[in-house]
Amino acid sequence: MRKFKRFAATLLVGMMATTALAGCSKSNNASSGNTDGKEGSVLNIYVWNEEFKSRVTDHYPGYVKTDDSTGKIGDVTVKWHTTPNENNAYQNNLDETLLKQSSAAADDKIDIFLVEADYALKYVDTDYTMSVKDLGITDAEIANQYKYTQDIVTDSKGVLKGLSWQGCPGVLIYNRNIAKEVLGTDDPAEVQKSVSDWSTFEETAKTMKDKGYFMVSGFDDTFRVFSNNVSSPWVVDDKVVIDDNIMNWVEQTKEFTDNGYNNQSSLWDDNWKKGFYPEGKVFCYFGPAWFVDFSMNVDDAASIAASGGWAATEGPQGFFWGGTWICAATGTDNPTLVADIMRQLTTNKDVMTEIVKADNDFVNNKPAMEAMAADTSYQSKVLGGQNPLAMFCAGADKIDLSNLSSYDQGCNEEFQKAMKDYFTGNATLDEALATFKKNIVVKYPNLKAE
Amino acid sequence: MKKSAGRSKIVRYNKWGYIFLIPFVLVYVIFQLVPLCSTIYNSFFENYRVGLTQVGPNWVGLKNYITIFSDASLLKYTANTLIMWLIGFIPQIIVSLLLGQWFSDIRLKLKGSRFFKTVIYLPNLIMASAFSMLFFALFSDVGPINAILIKLGVVTADNPVRFFSSVWATRGLVGFMNFLMWFGNTTIILMAGIMGIDPSLFEAAEVDGASSWQRFYRITLPLLKPILIYVIITSMIGGIQMFDVPQILTNGSGAPAESTKTLIMYLNQHLYSKNYGLGGALSVFLFIITAILSLVIYSVMYRKKD
Repeated sequence: MRKFKRFAATLLVGMMATTALAGCSKSNNASSGNTDGKEGSVLNIYVWNEEFKSRVTDHYPGYVKTDDSTGKIGDVTVKWHTTPNENNAYQNNLDETLLKQSSAAADDKIDIFLVEADYALKYVDTDYTMSVKDLGITDAEIANQYKYTQDIVTDSKGVLKGLSWQGCPGVLIYNRNIAKEVLGTDDPAEVQKSVSDWSTFEETAKTMKDKGYFMVSGFDDTFRVFSNNVSSPWVVDDKVVIDDNIMNWVEQTKEFTDNGYNNQSSLWDDNWKKGFYPEGKVFCYFGPAWFVDFSMNVDDAASIAASGGWAATEGPQGFFWGGTWICAATGTDNPTLVADIMRQLTTNKDVMTEIVKADNDFVNNKPAMEAMAADTSYQSKVLGGQNPLAMFCAGADKIDLSNLSSYDQGCNEEFQKAMKDYFTGNATLDEALATFKKNIVVKYPNLKAE
Repeated sequence: MKKSAGRSKIVRYNKWGYIFLIPFVLVYVIFQLVPLCSTIYNSFFENYRVGLTQVGPNWVGLKNYITIFSDASLLKYTANTLIMWLIGFIPQIIVSLLLGQWFSDIRLKLKGSRFFKTVIYLPNLIMASAFSMLFFALFSDVGPINAILIKLGVVTADNPVRFFSSVWATRGLVGFMNFLMWFGNTTIILMAGIMGIDPSLFEAAEVDGASSWQRFYRITLPLLKPILIYVIITSMIGGIQMFDVPQILTNGSGAPAESTKTLIMYLNQHLYSKNYGLGGALSVFLFIITAILSLVIYSVMYRKKD
């Protein structure tokens, strides 16, 4: 029966593939007929979520939305190819497509793809990404950007291969009501005193627990704060290295779990998001500007974010999280348009200021951000009218990227996954570490983990 | 003259036999035999991709097999697979036998048996992935099952039952889902088998004063043996290939502590890095244990008869 089922499934897949291919060839014919200018008529953009799409839709001059996955800029059709990020799915899909880039039809070639800090090096250090200079963007144009955002996407020969419109210094975001009740104040400067380093953070966690609140939502909340302050990258000479500071995270999270300081959730799961609502009883989250506005369910009237119930403070240690870089794929048939999208979103001060005002993102323009940080009229709705930009500016200056490796996403994910078993008591620390080492080698067969 | 004409007729019939076999053989060779051979061939090479860099294929002999077998986790994943199969299969065969017997017993005169036959088959029509997502949502820390338990006062909201942090709860759920999905199918097959038994045997037994249990145990079961063997073998092969349910339910991690990671999930992990060498070696291992298990069951079931 299973065999039959499989046969039926194969048949269906076959049918789908045939129709899909038929569709492809049709659209190919149609579009190749339309091509009259020098540049291609289709702009293919590879993304993993809605963020960049909404930035382009809302802020790129002349973008007209057709439907959720297509749009138009002048005569050019913009096609959005979305693959979720988790478990390297986005990267695997991108890899497949990039490897076929040279033989693909002009309208099927990738024009723009996005990368994250966790794996930027993997793409930047290859010929699949185009030098920003070759697109015609000069050093003078990008002089106002934060240096670290360019370091991440500079290859081993010192060539800049991508640009970002945002900076992602992280802060501690806390629930004002809980702060008032437990700490007696919701003033960021005062609250900072209770979370200024890890030992006071742990003491505050105990106070929260006594009052019936969770300090953090889950296991992985503080992970980035520790993993950004390591002394060595995940991978050195093809060997996996577990830094002492990562082990500090393990130790702290085990203690938090055993003492009930967290709600035993994993990053992004439903239980983890419960803290975005008052009944979740979670005191704080860690995150950068995009997290505040993009991830905390602000559109839901019942959420804390909708009523401006959060506030931001520096927290125990500086860190950064995520960030999206725009890369031009080698072989793109729309270089002028690609360059213009990069220019508008990452160098045009007016567009960038608009992004800050509309989406509360922290944009990659130092003078603009410093001016806005001093501007008392700018207020973040989610953060109850606070202007957090000064905090982000200070954080952005301090970001240190010397310990990045191209394996970071896989290492972070596998490590968090393996350690969860230790936290929940399903494995000893040694067993969990062994599981991590085993699985990381399966994911990256060229690495060694002893 | 007549004789030779007759012979040519037989030959012509044989020809049609072969012609009718062609589609099957073609499909089998293209989609089964060739991949099988290329899998075995691939298992002797180091061949994977890291990011955008392709490594190999380089001939490494039996190195992939040594890597696979020197890792204790292979045993663990095999055990996981068998345990979860058993959790699903034991209730499945019991319930199916019972239902098959009831549905085919004319004397019981069950009302609406057609309706129920359809209903029990329905879970099989849902995609396994959708089914897993449903169970994942139902049993999550903030799901409806926990909401009911909180309402009943069994647990508190701050400390729900964390099903997916418990080894046996997760394994149990996987087994239960496989049971739900396949018991209808097994019932239909067994029912067909039971209905194929000569009714005069039952009548004779009844005249001799056999109880219903004796009729089932002495007549139905022995005569159902070929069908039972078929059910066990297909279910076991399906069980060894268990993938979709635990993969979706645990998001590919086999959590907690890899206790629900099956052999095919492990294979899938290797294929994520396009590791055809290790993946091939693992597939060959799977092929061999499937073959051995089938042979063992087959010989055990038939030896008793002689």
